[in-house]
Amino acid sequence: MIADLPLWLSILVSAGVLAGALLTMAGCLGLVRLRDFYLRIHAPTMGTSMGGGLILLASAIYFTLTQQRLVVHEIAIFLFVTVTTPVTLMLLARATLFRDRAAGFTATGPDAAPKERPEVAD
Amino acid sequence: MKRILPHPVLAGFLLILWLVLQQSAGLGHILLGGAIAIVASLAAHAVIPEPVTLRRPLKFVQLLVVAGIDIIRSNLAVLSVLLHPRPRPTAGFIEMKLELTNTFGLAILACILTATPGSAWLEYDREKSSVLIHVFDLVDANEWARTIKARYETLLLEVFQ
Amino acid sequence: MSVAILEWSLLVAQVMLGVGMLATLYRMVRGPHAQDRILALDALYVVALLLLVTLGIRTNSQVYFELAMLIGLLGFVGTVALAKFLMRGEVIE
Repeated sequence: MIADLPLWLSILVSAGVLAGALLTMAGCLGLVRLRDFYLRIHAPTMGTSMGGGLILLASAIYFTLTQQRLVVHEIAIFLFVTVTTPVTLMLLARATLFRDRAAGFTATGPDAAPKERPEVAD
Repeated sequence: MKRILPHPVLAGFLLILWLVLQQSAGLGHILLGGAIAIVASLAAHAVIPEPVTLRRPLKFVQLLVVAGIDIIRSNLAVLSVLLHPRPRPTAGFIEMKLELTNTFGLAILACILTATPGSAWLEYDREKSSVLIHVFDLVDANEWARTIKARYETLLLEVFQ
Repeated sequence: MSVAILEWSLLVAQVMLGVGMLATLYRMVRGPHAQDRILALDALYVVALLLLVTLGIRTNSQVYFELAMLIGLLGFVGTVALAKFLMRGEVIE
C-alpha cells in the first residue's frame, strides 16, 4: 500500500512521475509518427534521459522519505540507462549507415551522408 | 601503487557503484567493494592499457552540469515539435572536424550528444578526425558546430588533453 | 487525500507508459526496416523498466528495483548483439 505522505510531498512525487511518463510517452509516440529512421533515433532518448530521470527521482524521493533512510538505488539504474542507451543507439546508427551505403542510398563519396531512403520493407 | 591500481578513476567509480548497489557504507561493504574494484581494474588493465586521467576534475563536473541543462532544454524542444499535429522537423546531417583525439573524451562527447534528444552521434572517422552528427531540428549547421565546440569540446580538451 | 493524489497520478502515469509500450510495439511489428524494429525493442525495454519503477512506488516495495536493473542490463546486451548482427550478419566473429 502507498504510505501516507505530507500533501506537498505527494504532489511533488506525483508531478515527477506524471511529467516523466508524459515525456516517455511522447518519445514512444514519436517513434510511430516520425517518418525516417534517422529521425526516429531521437525519439527514445527522451524516455531515457529526462523522462526516466524524473520518474527515478520521484521514486528516490518517495522511498527515502517513507523508509527513513537514503535510498539511492535509482542512481544506479539511471546511470545504466543513460550510459548504455547512447551506446546502443550509436551502434544501431552505424549499422544503418553501413546498410544504407551497401544498398547504394549514398550521395557522392563513401563518407557522405545518406540520401532520403524509400520506405520499403526489407 | 601503479602496479596495484592501474586505473584509479575506474576503481573509484566501481567502489562507489558497489556502495550504491548495497545501499550502505559500512566497513565490510567498503572492504569488499574495494577488493572487487581493485581486481576489476587490474582485469581492465589488460584491455585498456592507457590510463584514464582526469586532469581537472572540477571542469568535468562543470561539463556534466552544462550537459544536464542542455539535455533538459533539448527534451522540451523535441517535445514541443512532437506535440505538433504534423511534426515536420527540419532534420539534417552535420559533418564537423574535432580537435579532441583522446578516446575517453570522444566517448564522453558521443554519450552526451546522443543522450540529448535533439542530436545523435552517428560515426567518427579517426583518419580525418571528423564526426557525422544527425540533428533533429537543424537551422544552421555552422552554428551547431560552433555550439558543440564552445560548450563541450573546450571543456573536454581541458579535462583530457 | 495525499494518498489519493499519489494513487491516481501513478495510475495515469502507468496508463501513459502503457500507451507508449503499445506505440513501440506498433513500430516493432510494422517495421519497415530491421533497424526500426531493433530501435523499437530498445525503447520497449526502457519503458518496461520505468513501468516497473512506478509499480514499485505503487506497491511500496523495493523488490522491483532488482528486476528493473536486470531488464536494463539485459536490454543493453540484447540490443548491442542485434545491432552487431545488422552490421555484419553474424554475432560472433
